[in-house]
Amino acid sequence: MLKYTSKIRETARRLLTEHRVDAVIGFRKGTVPMICQPVLITTPQEVDTLYWDSFCGVNLANYLPKRQGPIAVVAKGCDARNIVVHMLENQIKRDQLFIIGIPCKGMGDRRKITRALNGQEVLEVTEYADRIVAKGKGFETPFDRADVFQDNCAICIHRNPVIYDELIGEPVPEQDGIDRYADVQKIEAMGADERWKYFQDLVAPCIRCYACRDICPLCYCPTCFVDESRPQWLGKSIDPTDTMTFHLLRAFHCAGRCTDCGACEQACPMGIRVRQFTRKLEKDVLELYAYEAGMTMEARPPLDVYRPDDPGDFI
Amino acid sequence: MHEVEIKKERFANFLNSLTDSYRLYGPVRQGEFVDFMQIEDGSRIDLSFQNTRLSPKSLFLPQSERMFEYSLDPARDDAHILKEVPRDYSPRAVIGVRPCDAKAFKLLDVNFDTQEYRDPWWVRAREATTLVGLGCTTPCSTCFCTSVGGGPFDEEGLDVLLVDIGEAFLAKVLTEKGENLFEAAKTIEPADEDLVQKALAIEQEAASKIVSRVDTSRLGELDTLALYEADFWEEVHFACINCGVCTYVCPTCWCFDIQDETHGRAGDRIRNWDSCMFPLFTLHASGHNPRGEKLQRVRQRFMHKLKYYVDKYKNGVACVGCGRCVQYCPVNIDIRQVCRLMNAIAPPDRRPMHACNIAWVRSPS
Repeated sequence: MLKYTSKIRETARRLLTEHRVDAVIGFRKGTVPMICQPVLITTPQEVDTLYWDSFCGVNLANYLPKRQGPIAVVAKGCDARNIVVHMLENQIKRDQLFIIGIPCKGMGDRRKITRALNGQEVLEVTEYADRIVAKGKGFETPFDRADVFQDNCAICIHRNPVIYDELIGEPVPEQDGIDRYADVQKIEAMGADERWKYFQDLVAPCIRCYACRDICPLCYCPTCFVDESRPQWLGKSIDPTDTMTFHLLRAFHCAGRCTDCGACEQACPMGIRVRQFTRKLEKDVLELYAYEAGMTMEARPPLDVYRPDDPGDFI
Repeated sequence: MHEVEIKKERFANFLNSLTDSYRLYGPVRQGEFVDFMQIEDGSRIDLSFQNTRLSPKSLFLPQSERMFEYSLDPARDDAHILKEVPRDYSPRAVIGVRPCDAKAFKLLDVNFDTQEYRDPWWVRAREATTLVGLGCTTPCSTCFCTSVGGGPFDEEGLDVLLVDIGEAFLAKVLTEKGENLFEAAKTIEPADEDLVQKALAIEQEAASKIVSRVDTSRLGELDTLALYEADFWEEVHFACINCGVCTYVCPTCWCFDIQDETHGRAGDRIRNWDSCMFPLFTLHASGHNPRGEKLQRVRQRFMHKLKYYVDKYKNGVACVGCGRCVQYCPVNIDIRQVCRLMNAIAPPDRRPMHACNIAWVRSPS
């Protein structure tokens, strides 16, 4: 991880010194353990701010839409796929981007670590090749990396960026033999009533802060449907119907576009597993259209084209 | 004030002895989080937490509160008449309130309970409630209450303060409401001097455990416009995603939005939490938005807490140092850092060009 940090800095310094880009978007070390902060730097003097560890789960593609001028961005496998989505949706142009690709070894889930420690506060984290050691008052607990990955990282099959200008290290082996949809199949197997209850319970703790929406690179609409006010489309209270409407509509807007980067779940202060919605749609798009979001510039996303031979069985 | 001892093995019984006279609320653990909720059985209360995820603000200012109901049915005599929704304002006790959150209620009083305006829902909920605080023996690394006029055993705003002595709680009865609560409980023993001394030692030790410090001393004297136009907002706002997490977990954010919701011919007037992070918060009917840009919204949140409030109420900052926004911000925007930047700004005529980069230094804490 430290190697990544020095290589990111090296590349950023070169790009800024040579005026190849106006700015670099990356991460800086957080003020608390297990979170890093997105940062934009514009001068070679600031490159030592840049940092990388296993808690850079925020998807930096979220900071790109409508940005002007040449810009570099640090991108994991999922971030790079979202950059492709942005380019397909005309949010950013390829020739203005310098993509600093990160072969991703999976991002740590701070909640999972805290949960495993029964809520004890982690004051320091040290990373080793296959372990993450969390320290706090009166404890020092090692975790296998694989046990504290974000859920989406545990089932990721595209860790290496699909698109980049410079790769910051050797490509990492992709995980194989992954059953990506075991949890979705469990929900599919439920009866309608049981399934509805499952999703009602899932969103019951929601406080409508919209962090899941705002952290998502896909949510760049100038006015989100929940913010429409003339007329207002959706109630503002925590009425369960309004809350569910928000979650269902948000998820449907992500169909065929979501790369399962997991940023939404990491952002949620209430620990709601919002990917339970988006992953079903991801699975459907894969099964119906043999399409995975953000893998190529060559094919239009299935939901923005019509083809006479589109499957229609589900209608 | 007097002190009372409550043995831990009898604490649940003590709480249950209150249920005839009070509705009982307290922190309940659910997974890795602890949140306040109404309880029937005192044994559900968990006082082993460092701090709750959400503050107890919602017990007084619910996220969604029905204020009035109305009918649009022209056949009814009371058509179009707003009628207050009946609510239960019988006595209630909230157990396990951290001193920072209790201080936050005092801050919210300056908005909801003033000489000029008294918000009836807020005032009645406050009057009905006895606050039983819980001193902090193990503060979080993100706690900075001692920098903003509080402390881990601060008594401001509380009726009772519990000090965890290990095998027992020492309860400091601070107000008449507190006295009434112990009268209702009946079977309580006065604490002996030994226990009182133990509690004092614990309190003194706790203050030294708050290691995170923030200097707010210059905020009042600094020029508002110089702060408003400071360069560092550019850097501070970049990562922000403009979600409502910081405002919703904050015990001192009081902003709300009132909406009418009609279902057929019946309707409710509802007050909902709102957030200055949302563009809709300031959208005018004309379509103009005075805070249309993210930078403006981020700046507003910090300027309100750390400058406008300071100037208007002469009562310190509108932050109690609970650290929730630091812990839950999805992109690690840290109010302590922003406060340091604001407090360190040079007067406008002497401000160096890149003040922001110089001032953004990680503190040892």
